[in-house]
Amino acid sequence: MIEIKNLTKIFQDKTQTVTALQDVSLSIEAGDVFGIIGMSGAGKSTLLRCLSLLEQPSSGEILLGGADLAAMSGSELRKARRKMGVVFQGYHLLMQKTVLENVAFPLLLEKGADKRKARERAAQLLELVGLADKAKAYPAQLSGGQKQRVAIARALATDPEILLCDEPTSALDPMTTKAMLALLEEINRKMGVTILIITHEIAVVSAICKHVAVIGEGRVAEQGEVEQVLHNPQSETARMLLREWRERM
Amino acid sequence: MTEFLNQYGALLVQGTLETLYMTGFATLFAYVLGLPMGVLLTVTKEGSIAAAPRFHAAFGWIVNLLRSLPFIILMFFIIPLTRLIAGTSIGATAALVPLTLSAAPFVARMVEQSLSEVDGGVIEAAKCMGATRMQIILRVLLVESVPSLLRGLSISIITILGYTAITGSVGAGGLGNLAYRFGFQRYQTDVMYATVLILLILVCVVQIFFDITAKKADKRNR
Repeated sequence: MIEIKNLTKIFQDKTQTVTALQDVSLSIEAGDVFGIIGMSGAGKSTLLRCLSLLEQPSSGEILLGGADLAAMSGSELRKARRKMGVVFQGYHLLMQKTVLENVAFPLLLEKGADKRKARERAAQLLELVGLADKAKAYPAQLSGGQKQRVAIARALATDPEILLCDEPTSALDPMTTKAMLALLEEINRKMGVTILIITHEIAVVSAICKHVAVIGEGRVAEQGEVEQVLHNPQSETARMLLREWRERM
Repeated sequence: MTEFLNQYGALLVQGTLETLYMTGFATLFAYVLGLPMGVLLTVTKEGSIAAAPRFHAAFGWIVNLLRSLPFIILMFFIIPLTRLIAGTSIGATAALVPLTLSAAPFVARMVEQSLSEVDGGVIEAAKCMGATRMQIILRVLLVESVPSLLRGLSISIITILGYTAITGSVGAGGLGNLAYRFGFQRYQTDVMYATVLILLILVCVVQIFFDITAKKADKRNR
């Protein structure tokens, strides 16, 4: 389970101060598929960057299994990070390494890692994401959807408790998006991994999420079960997102 | 032609070998010094994995200072140091000292350029996996930039090859020495042409070899 308590992120430079996140508190149960939705600029990406500790929060706590990630540094943080898999919107694969090497990469970072075991594990994960036949290919030879599958397999390599996905489908076409969401659902069901998805698409939330938090202007506008939020939105931000979604359908 | 080769063939072969010797070892030593310097310049940049903007600025300034010194001046300037390291200031081996010292900051900038081409997202991904800074340098930065590093290497080699001609004119041997002694001082233009031709061929070979190797090494274009 992951708990975010009063998370605030303020960006400051010489000329201006921007509050990207203000007092964000969320509680994500183990095994949940949790969506975080908001429009561009709402602070979703900053939230993900804070959760993955790529940005240091200005204040607040990120509790993963009771330990506060925001207070960690050095080897303690590196160790904690292995309990968290991150899937990026832009895949961020190693372009000079094969698909198999990419998936095995996080495993080989550990001291005294067993190369053969890592490769076996990577092969299993590729099987899981349906890319066993691409093990020897290079990322440049794959389609966007395939690259995202490699990124998911790589994020799962260290057996994380939670998978953070940043707009995992926004660069994909509708068919590929569907398949990707089905894969994430399968991973959640089979492996029991908690999944947190950051998105701007209601369709993604309604397809696989159980709970959702709506973010607007750096704050949590509302949160709850997906059914409830989609059918009976309480916040203006949620209503706006829904209206826009219906218009497009 | 045969007569020319009989007379100067051995000299040209020896000159070529000396040039290759100087270029090869100077490149090697320049990378031994310049590669870590380039890495240091890259990782201490603002926003990078070991950001230290002040150090970066100071170190960058030193590198620029070294680079701004024309080679021929640096060569004379450091003669005492050359004697200290090589035991003499004459000959191909002694020439390695100024060659290395002059090429290292150049190499550092080439390496920095190559490493900066690595996508920042990939570095962040590695961070999220719990990679240490050293692992990011050794397994991400230096691996992802191999094709670019190889192209930089070819430019470095060709630049150093050019420097060896200058050292040759002051007694380090090599093709530059031949061109200077025979071509310039004795007006033997045929020797001059021969050295130019050999240098031209060397440059082409280096360029073509590394173009092919870099292309082969780059997994992005298949």
